[in-house]
Amino acid sequence: MTKLPRWADVVLVPLISLLLAGIISALVILAIGQSPSEALKVMVDGAVGSPYGWGYTLYYATSFIFTGLAVTVAFHASLFNIGGEGQAQLGGLGVALVCLALPWPHWTLALPAAMIGGALFGAAWAAIPAYLQAKRGSHIVITTIMFNYIAAALLIYILVEHLRPPSSMDPASARFGAGTDLPTLHEIPGLSLIFTKQVPANVTLFVALLACWLVWLLLWRTRLGYEIRAFGKSEPAALYAGIKPVRVTMIAMLISGALAGLMSINNVMGESGRLLQNSSEGAGFIGIAVALMGRNHPLGVFLAAILFGFLYQGGAELGLWTSIPIELRTVVQGLVILFTGALDHMVRMMLGLFFRPKARAA
Amino acid sequence: MDYATLLQILDSTMRLATPLLLACLAGLYSERSGIFDIGLEGKMLAAAMCTGAVAALTGNVWIGLLAGIAGSMVFAVIHGVASITFRGNQLISGVALNFVASGITVLAAQSLFKQGGRTPPLSGTARFNPIELPFAEALSGIPILGPFYREVLSGHGALVYVALLAVPVTWWVLYRTRFGLRLRAVGENPASVDTAGISVVRLRYTAVMITGLLCGIAGAYMAAGLQAGFGKEMTAGRGYIALAALIFAKWRPWYALMATLLFGFFQALALRPDVIKKSIGIDVPVPMLDALPYILTVVVLAGFIGRAIPPRAGGEPYVKER
Repeated sequence: MTKLPRWADVVLVPLISLLLAGIISALVILAIGQSPSEALKVMVDGAVGSPYGWGYTLYYATSFIFTGLAVTVAFHASLFNIGGEGQAQLGGLGVALVCLALPWPHWTLALPAAMIGGALFGAAWAAIPAYLQAKRGSHIVITTIMFNYIAAALLIYILVEHLRPPSSMDPASARFGAGTDLPTLHEIPGLSLIFTKQVPANVTLFVALLACWLVWLLLWRTRLGYEIRAFGKSEPAALYAGIKPVRVTMIAMLISGALAGLMSINNVMGESGRLLQNSSEGAGFIGIAVALMGRNHPLGVFLAAILFGFLYQGGAELGLWTSIPIELRTVVQGLVILFTGALDHMVRMMLGLFFRPKARAA
Repeated sequence: MDYATLLQILDSTMRLATPLLLACLAGLYSERSGIFDIGLEGKMLAAAMCTGAVAALTGNVWIGLLAGIAGSMVFAVIHGVASITFRGNQLISGVALNFVASGITVLAAQSLFKQGGRTPPLSGTARFNPIELPFAEALSGIPILGPFYREVLSGHGALVYVALLAVPVTWWVLYRTRFGLRLRAVGENPASVDTAGISVVRLRYTAVMITGLLCGIAGAYMAAGLQAGFGKEMTAGRGYIALAALIFAKWRPWYALMATLLFGFFQALALRPDVIKKSIGIDVPVPMLDALPYILTVVVLAGFIGRAIPPRAGGEPYVKER
C-alpha cells in the first residue's frame, strides 16, 4: 500500500470517509422516497442557519467533545472504551448527588463541585473494567459494554427507589436548586447580543474547550502522556522502556471515564436541571465516532464534535419538519464510524492510487 | 413456588432463550474463525425488520423468514468485507453496523408502513404458530414429566425447535467434520491453515455467512414468534446478552445452550417479580435481574469462575504476506 503524505492522512482520509458516509446517507434518503438536497437544506437551516440553531448545535457539541476526548485518551493507550455511555450516566449520578446535597448559593461554587462529582463517578465506573483488563486480562471492549448495561439498570434502580421524589411518578430525581443553574450563552454578557433567545448551550462549552487544551497538553507535553502513547503504540517496547502496563492502563481509563463523566455537567446540570433516566442519550457512543473522525487529536475532536452537533440538531429538525425519521442520524453516525474506523484501509487504498505516481517521481 | 408456576416460568424461559441461543451460536461460528462480532444485535434487528415487513406484506411467515435471513446476511457481508477483505478493526465495524441497523430499520419500516417505525401487527399464517409435539396430551397424565413435556417442551413455534436442534448440529460440525476442524484452526492459528493450502479468507467468509444465517433466524423469531411484528430497537440488547452467553459458554455449543437457558430464565423471572418475592421472601429489584447476565459475564471474564479464553487469533486481521 502506498504511504500517504501526512496532510492527506490527517485531512483527506476523514473528509473522504465523511463524503462516502454522506453519499450513502443520500442514497438511503432517496430510497425512502425523500429528497436529499431538501433534507440537507432543512438540516443546515435548522442547525447553523440562526444563532438559535447554533445554540442547540453547540450544546450537543459540548457533550460530544467530552465523550470524544474520553475515547481519544483511551485510544492512545490502545484501549477501546465503548463504555463512555455508562460512564456518562454514572457521571450524571455524581453531578446530581452533588447538586442535591447542598443548597448551593451560586453556580460558580456548584460547578467545580459538580465537576468533581461527575468526574469521580465516571472514573469509578471505568476503574473496574480497567482493573480487569490490566490485572486479569479480560477484554476491555466486552467489559465496558457489559458495564453500560449494568449502569442503565443501576440508574433505573437508584432513580425509582431512591432519588425519585415521593410525589412524582416518572423515574427522575428532584429538581436541583436555583443556585446550580448554569448560565446559558443567552445569559452571558456580550454573547447575549448574538444569542437573543434562550438556548441550551451553556458555560460548559468553555469547560469543554479547556478540556481539549488540557488533553492535548497531557498527551503531547507531559511524561504521562508520552507513556500512554508509547504503551499504545507498542506494549513490549513500552515495557522495555520501564513503563508499567497496569499503571498506564488504569490511569488512561480513569482519565477517560472522568472525561465521559464530566459530560454530565452539560446535560444534567446545564440543561435538564435534574437527573433523568438515560440522561446521556447515546452521547457516549457518539464519542466513538467523534474520536475516529477527529483522528484522536483534541483539535480534530473539537471539529468533529461540532459536525456531530450539527448532525444531531439537524436530524432533530428533520424529524420535526419533514417525514424523514430522526433515526437518520443514527444511520449517519454508524456510517461515519464504519468508514473512519473499520474501512479506513479501503479509503487509504483508494487515495493511494492518486498518490502513487507522485511518490515514484520523488 | 408451586409446580404450575415453575412450568409457566420454564415455558417462557424456552421462548426467551431461543433468540439468545440462535444469536449465541451465530457468534460462535464467527468468533471461532477469528472474527469478533459485536454486531449480532444489529443483524438480529435487521432480520426482525425484514421478517416483520415481508410477513406483513405477503401473509406468509416462511417468506418472511427468508427475507429476515437475507437482511441479516447483508450486514454479515459488510462485516466480512470490512474485517476480512479490508482488514479493518472488527470491533469498530461491529459497533458501526449496530448503529446503522438501529437507524435504518426504523427508516425502512416507517417508509413502508407509516406506522411510527413499526411494522403492522402479524397474525395467523404470518406468525410462527405453536406446534403440538406428539403425545403431548396423552402423556400429560404422567406425574411431573407429563406436564413438563406438555407445558415446557411442547407448543412452541417451529424456530424454537430449530434453535435446539442447532446445538447438536453445531457440535457435530465443529468437532466431527473437516470444516469444523479447519474453522477452529483458523481462529487459533490462521498461518498454519494457510500453510496447509486452505484459504483463510474463504473459511472466514463462510463462518461470517453462517453467523448471518443464524442471526437471521433469531431476528425472524423475534418479530414473528416472540412478538407479532417489528418495533424500534425491539431486540433490546439481546445481541449483547448472546455475546455475554458466548463468553460464559467459553465458545462451546453445549455450554451455549446452558448459558442461554440460564439467561433466558433470568429474563423470564424479571417478568414475574411477584413469583420471586413469594418464593424467596426478598423483594429483588427487577433492574437487578436485568443486569444479572451482564454481571455474571463480567465475573466470568474476570476469571473468578473458570477462565474464558477466546480463540487466539480473534480480532486479528490475517495478512498473508507483506
